[in-house]
Amino acid sequence: MKKIINFLEKFYMVLIFLLLYAPIITLIVLSFNKSRTRAKWGGFSLKWYISLFEDEAILNALYTTLILALLSALIATILGTMACLGLRMMKKWSRNTVMSITNIPMLNSDIVTGISFMLLFIGIGMKLSFKTVLIAHITFNLPYVILSIMPKLRQINMNTYEAALDLGASPSFAFRKIILPDIMPGILSGFLLAFTMSLDDFVITHFTKSPGIDTLSTKIYTEVRKGIKPEMYALSTIMFVTVLVLLLIINLKPAKKDKKA
Amino acid sequence: MRRRLTGMVLASALAITTIFGGCKGSGSAGENGQIVVYNWGEYIDPDVIDMFEEETGIKVVYEEFTTNEDMYPKVSSGAAAYDVVCPSDYMVQKMIEEGLLEKLNYDNIPNIANIDKDYLESAKQFDPDNEYCVPYCWGTVGILYNKTMVEEPIDSWDVLWDEQYKGEILMQKSVRDAFAVALKKLGYSLNSKDDAELEAAKQELIEQKPLVQAYVIDEVRDKMINNEAAIGVIYSGEAIYTQRENSDLEYVVPKEGSNVWIDGWVIPKNCSNKEGAEAFINFMCDPEIALMNFEYITYSTPNKAARELIEDEDIKNSKVAFPDKDVLDRCETFNYLGEEYDEIYNNLWKEVMSK
Amino acid sequence: MNKKSLAYPYIIWMIGFIVLPLIMVVYYGLTDNTGSFTLDNLTEILVDYNYKALWLALGLSLISTLICLILAYPLAMILKKISLNQHSFIILLFILPMWMNFLLRTLAWQTLLERNGVINSILSMLNLPKLNIINTPYAIILGMVYNFLPFMVLPIYNVIVKIDPNVINAGKDLGASNVQVFTKIILPLSVPGIISGITMVFIPALTTFVISDLLGGGKILLIGNVIEQEFTQAGNWHVGSGMSLVLMIFILLSMAILAKYDKKGEGTAF
Repeated sequence: MKKIINFLEKFYMVLIFLLLYAPIITLIVLSFNKSRTRAKWGGFSLKWYISLFEDEAILNALYTTLILALLSALIATILGTMACLGLRMMKKWSRNTVMSITNIPMLNSDIVTGISFMLLFIGIGMKLSFKTVLIAHITFNLPYVILSIMPKLRQINMNTYEAALDLGASPSFAFRKIILPDIMPGILSGFLLAFTMSLDDFVITHFTKSPGIDTLSTKIYTEVRKGIKPEMYALSTIMFVTVLVLLLIINLKPAKKDKKA
Repeated sequence: MRRRLTGMVLASALAITTIFGGCKGSGSAGENGQIVVYNWGEYIDPDVIDMFEEETGIKVVYEEFTTNEDMYPKVSSGAAAYDVVCPSDYMVQKMIEEGLLEKLNYDNIPNIANIDKDYLESAKQFDPDNEYCVPYCWGTVGILYNKTMVEEPIDSWDVLWDEQYKGEILMQKSVRDAFAVALKKLGYSLNSKDDAELEAAKQELIEQKPLVQAYVIDEVRDKMINNEAAIGVIYSGEAIYTQRENSDLEYVVPKEGSNVWIDGWVIPKNCSNKEGAEAFINFMCDPEIALMNFEYITYSTPNKAARELIEDEDIKNSKVAFPDKDVLDRCETFNYLGEEYDEIYNNLWKEVMSK
Repeated sequence: MNKKSLAYPYIIWMIGFIVLPLIMVVYYGLTDNTGSFTLDNLTEILVDYNYKALWLALGLSLISTLICLILAYPLAMILKKISLNQHSFIILLFILPMWMNFLLRTLAWQTLLERNGVINSILSMLNLPKLNIINTPYAIILGMVYNFLPFMVLPIYNVIVKIDPNVINAGKDLGASNVQVFTKIILPLSVPGIISGITMVFIPALTTFVISDLLGGGKILLIGNVIEQEFTQAGNWHVGSGMSLVLMIFILLSMAILAKYDKKGEGTAF
């Protein structure tokens, strides 16, 4: 009986992961497809990987996407970490107010968020540009960062920190040695999450970008009508495999990491 | 381990900001400024842009749209400044009437001489004195069908309402194109402002909806090539390309008549580099360049000099790219119908879509 | 280092870029072209086609949310069982697909579901009947479930993992059956996760315009599509904002429910 249940559980999990990863496998297969149209298999080929590196438009979009993700995640992480530290010292109701507002971009629909940004930028006479997209990305990244750090901060035992101060540590020293290490995992996961969210966003970028600025998402959306360029599949495959390999490396040494954390 | 990770993140962030700073420098204008071009998807040979940049030293920021209706609010809202845009006839008219366009200085566009007088003449329907718009491409709207998937040759819009092709039909998604099909099927003008006619056309479109596999814009091209559907409504310019990829496909302009359209270059009022924009338009009218574009996008060119340069006799005399006069005689150009009727069309279309 | 003032930059940012944009939407939603106050943009939702688009969106997103819940709950239980010390790895497995672009992932379903697509090729090889769901509401539901399932699994998993095993053992010691342990202990304790998951799936599903655009063949108009078209095609920002306000009512409702059941903020996805 137990074996059957075990098997069923495994089977179920495989099914779900099949659902999640079937499109990804499809895209990877398509990137090796010799024929240009996605419906026909024309044989195995690496040519899209070669032409990818000659396609300036795609490389530019990749560059914009990465810069945008990195900058927005970084700024959001810094702002968010500071906010978490400050919020702890605030009165309960003001903290709660701030937290409820923080939730808005995460819960609000992308389309309303994107549109509200567009209306704001046009309303205050700010020309759409890379800056406006960056502002929008930072804003929708912030809740993810804050929500990753807050729980870690709650678990901190403030007595240790105060003890350190009593023993003559400067506040900044005590912060670096005691609080920061404890919330670091939260900061890191907040950063990674923000980075991923920014990378995956289409709707908000769609409404806040100016001509000539394309992220991979907006580039793909314009390509949808006329057929996606196979180079795009090749690029996605490279990105995906890179992340996968990185994750495997990190997770193959979990024991080491756990001890120190 | 942990400290190293933070170090890595910070270091990479630092490196990136330096690159970013550098990129901004190189990303800014070319030696002679820059222009922002707003064009249809895949509507130019990318090499042409490089050649233009090299020849003039003007940097091109290139952006694409999918329908006239998508393009219009972006230009009219002024959220971004475009220097050259390529709308279709009725949209040009609308933009002229709303004062969104700048008059062209033809001293900067001597290559206009290469454009066939006939097309400048028909452009007068929406640009009465040829002051605002230089024709870029033109064509008809018709039916593309797969010879192996239909019973007999097709010559009428009626086939799009034929039960036996249920799920085999691809319709156009933009308002004017969809209504043009229904209005023409009923024998009305595609610029109809008659409420009864429009109501009848709406009913036709609602009736047709269950038979339609999908409402598409440019996706029709790939779907037809991949044998996903038997019949599709398509622009003539796509026909040559699709036939090259799939020889079972045939293009026809239905006997009830259809739409003949012209897309042309215009310069919006809030442009930031008018001379650059005119230089670009002039470059596009160069015979060699027009030929390159024609061969890449396969949309008919109004450039007489370029057409004479076409080497492939089949294409040069193609009835699809350059249809006979009797075909064109039964076709109509779209007119701008005014704000009121724009909204009526939009609302009727929404009713169709929500059924 | 631990000062209130650390939060000020964020609070300024928040007012400038979260509160102010929303005020803009409210302003546009409640005014007409001339800038005078009107409720017409809100009542526009009652027009036949807008109303239908809202109902359809509500229906499809409710079904998708339900399917996500049914799929996710057992999965979260299984994940808990097999992986006590691999918490982060499990989360990453669900975030990983996001590294493939969202539009490409959804487009890939087109390739999979199309008439001559991958799934149908496999089915016909096995002499099975063809699956014709592309360009129908079913394809949209599939797209929603596919895209938002991780947002249901993660919050549920997060609360289930945190349930103290001692509580469960105590229940068992006191003679509770497995079913009773589930209905009396695990299920009630996982409510915050479920609620959070429901909101995180329901809202994006309700408001999407991309999924219906890519998998619905342009035949199916959801409220998201209506709003998007008001802005990008009709160019009527006032009506578009009015509809966004109507949508926000649903979002506020979800937030209120979330706040009620999930007081401590446990049920977050990450």
